[in-house]
Amino acid sequence: MPNLNDILTLLPEAYLTGAICVLLLLDAFISERQRAAVHWLTLLVLGITALLVISGQMQGTASAFGGMYLRDPLAEILKLAAIAVTAIVFLLARPYIEDRRIAFGEFHTLTLFALLGVMLLVSAGSLIMIYLGLELLTLSSYALVALNRDSPLSSEAAIKYFVLGALSSGLLLYGMSMIYGATGTLDLNVIRMMVPMTPHHGLLVFGLVFLIVGIAFKFGAAPFHMWLPDVYEGSPTAVTVFIGSAPKLAAVGMALRLLDMGLPELLRDWQPMLAVLAVLSLAIGSLLAIVQTSLKRMLAYSTIAHMGYLFLGLAAGTAFGNAVAVFYAIAYALMATAAFGIILALSRAGFEADQIDDLKGLNQRSPWFAGLMAITMFSLAGVPPLFGFFAKLLVLQAAISAGMLWLALVGAVFAIIGLYYYLRVVKVMYFDKPAADSVLAASRNLPLRWVLSLNALALLVLGVLWGPLFDWCLRAFTAA
Amino acid sequence: MISLAHYIVFGTVLFCISVAGIFINRKNVIVLLMAIELMLLAVNTNFIAFSRFIGDPAGQVFVFFIMTVAAAESAIGLAILTLLFRNRRTINVAELDDLRG
Repeated sequence: MPNLNDILTLLPEAYLTGAICVLLLLDAFISERQRAAVHWLTLLVLGITALLVISGQMQGTASAFGGMYLRDPLAEILKLAAIAVTAIVFLLARPYIEDRRIAFGEFHTLTLFALLGVMLLVSAGSLIMIYLGLELLTLSSYALVALNRDSPLSSEAAIKYFVLGALSSGLLLYGMSMIYGATGTLDLNVIRMMVPMTPHHGLLVFGLVFLIVGIAFKFGAAPFHMWLPDVYEGSPTAVTVFIGSAPKLAAVGMALRLLDMGLPELLRDWQPMLAVLAVLSLAIGSLLAIVQTSLKRMLAYSTIAHMGYLFLGLAAGTAFGNAVAVFYAIAYALMATAAFGIILALSRAGFEADQIDDLKGLNQRSPWFAGLMAITMFSLAGVPPLFGFFAKLLVLQAAISAGMLWLALVGAVFAIIGLYYYLRVVKVMYFDKPAADSVLAASRNLPLRWVLSLNALALLVLGVLWGPLFDWCLRAFTAA
Repeated sequence: MISLAHYIVFGTVLFCISVAGIFINRKNVIVLLMAIELMLLAVNTNFIAFSRFIGDPAGQVFVFFIMTVAAAESAIGLAILTLLFRNRRTINVAELDDLRG
C-alpha cells in the first residue's frame, strides 16, 4: 500500500503539480496589469522544485509506489538540467510572448506541465510511468506549438506534430505490449531479470524494434525526423526554444531507462540499430542543413545531426557511453537555448529574425550579440575550447572504446561538414552589410540580455571546466 | 477455441490497418485521428490478451491508462483541428504544405 514515505519520495513532482494548479487559478483571477507576478512566481516554483530534488537525493537512492517511481542520481542530473533549461526558457521567452499577445499564463502553465512530464519520465521505473510521463510532455507540447492561435503556420506545425507524435506513441506502446507479452511484467527491473529466462526471444526483439522506432521519433533521429524541421519552423520561437532543449533531456532519460535499465541483455540487438540511426541522422542532418535559408530550419537540421552524435554515446552501451550521452544532452540543451535565444533577442512584433539573411551585419548593429551568437555557433560546430567540442570528443571516444571505430570516423567527417553551415552564419553576421531597410536591433529587455549572455558565456566556461559536470554524469552510472 | 495467437494476430491486423490509414490517406485529417485511435485499440487488445493468458492484471491496468490518455489526446487533436480549419479553411492533408524545405 502507498504510505507517507512514497509521497515524500515523490515530493518534487507532488509539489510541482500543486504549484501548477495554484498558478493556473491565480492566472485566471489576476488582472492584466499584474501578469508579471505569474512569471516571477513560476521562476520561484522552479527554484523550490530544484531544491526539493537536491534535498531528496541527499537522502540517497530510493523507489516509491512499488518500483513505479525511482529516485536515483541519473534522475537527479536530468531533472536539475531540465529545470535549469526551463528557467532559462521563461526568462528568454517573456518579451516575445508579451509582444505578440500570446496567452501569457497558458504559456507558463503548459510549459510547467511539460516539465512535470520530463521529471516523471526520467524517474520512471515501469513501462506505465514511461508512457504517462511521455504523454504529459508531448500533449503539453502540442498545445504549446498551437499557442499562436491566429498563425496558419503555427496550426499547421501543431497538426503535423500531433499526428506524427501520436503515431510514434502508438509504435512505442506496441513495442511495450510485445515486451510485456514476452516477460510478463511492466516493471523495468523485473524485465531485466526476466530477459535471459524468457523462451520468447523473437517476440522480445520484435518489440525492441518498435521501442527503438518510438525512441528515435521522440529524439527526431533520421529517418524519423520528418516532423522536426516543420515544428521548429512553424511554432512560435518562444516555444521552439523549449521544444529544442528540455525534451531532448527527457528522450535521453527514456532511452536509458528502456535500453540500459530494462533491456541491457539485448545489447547485441539494439547496438547496430542505434548505430544505423546515428549514421543516418548525421548524414541527413548535416547535408540538409547546408541548403536551408531559414535559421530556425537550419538549427532544426543541426539538431538532427546532434542527435546522431548522442546516439553514438548511447550505442556504446557502456557506463562511460551512457554518461557521455547524458553529458551530450545537457550540452546540446544549453547550446539550443543560446541559439534560439539570439533569435528571440533580435525578433519583435512584425519581425521574426528567423532567416539567416536577417542576421546580415549584426556585428555593426550589436557587436555583443554578434559575439554571443558566434560563441554559440562555434560551440555547436565543436570548435575547441568550447563546450560543444568536449561533448563531441567524449562521444567519439565512447564509440571507439566500444569497438566502433568506423562510427567514430563517420562522426568526425560530419563534424567537418557541419562546420560549413555554422560558419556561414558567422560570416553573414561579420562580413555582410545590413540591408538598407533592415530593422535589426537587439532587445532592450534586461533579464533577457543577462540570461542570454550568461548562457552563451557558460558555453565558454564549461568548455574549460567540463570535468566536474562529466564526473557527476559518470557517477550516476558507476556508483550503483 | 480461441488461442493467444489469434488475439495477437487480430491486434497486428488492426495495427497494420491503422498504420496504412496514416500513410495512405492523403485527403482528410479526421481520418488520421481515427487511424490513431485504432492503433491504440490494437495495442489495448494486445495488452488484454497477454494479461489474460499470463495471468497478470498489470496489463489490464495499463489499458485503463492508455484509454484515459487516448481521450485526452483526441481532445487536443480535435482542438488543433478546429484551429487549423479556422486559420486555413481546409483540413485536406495534401494542402498542408506551407512548411517545407
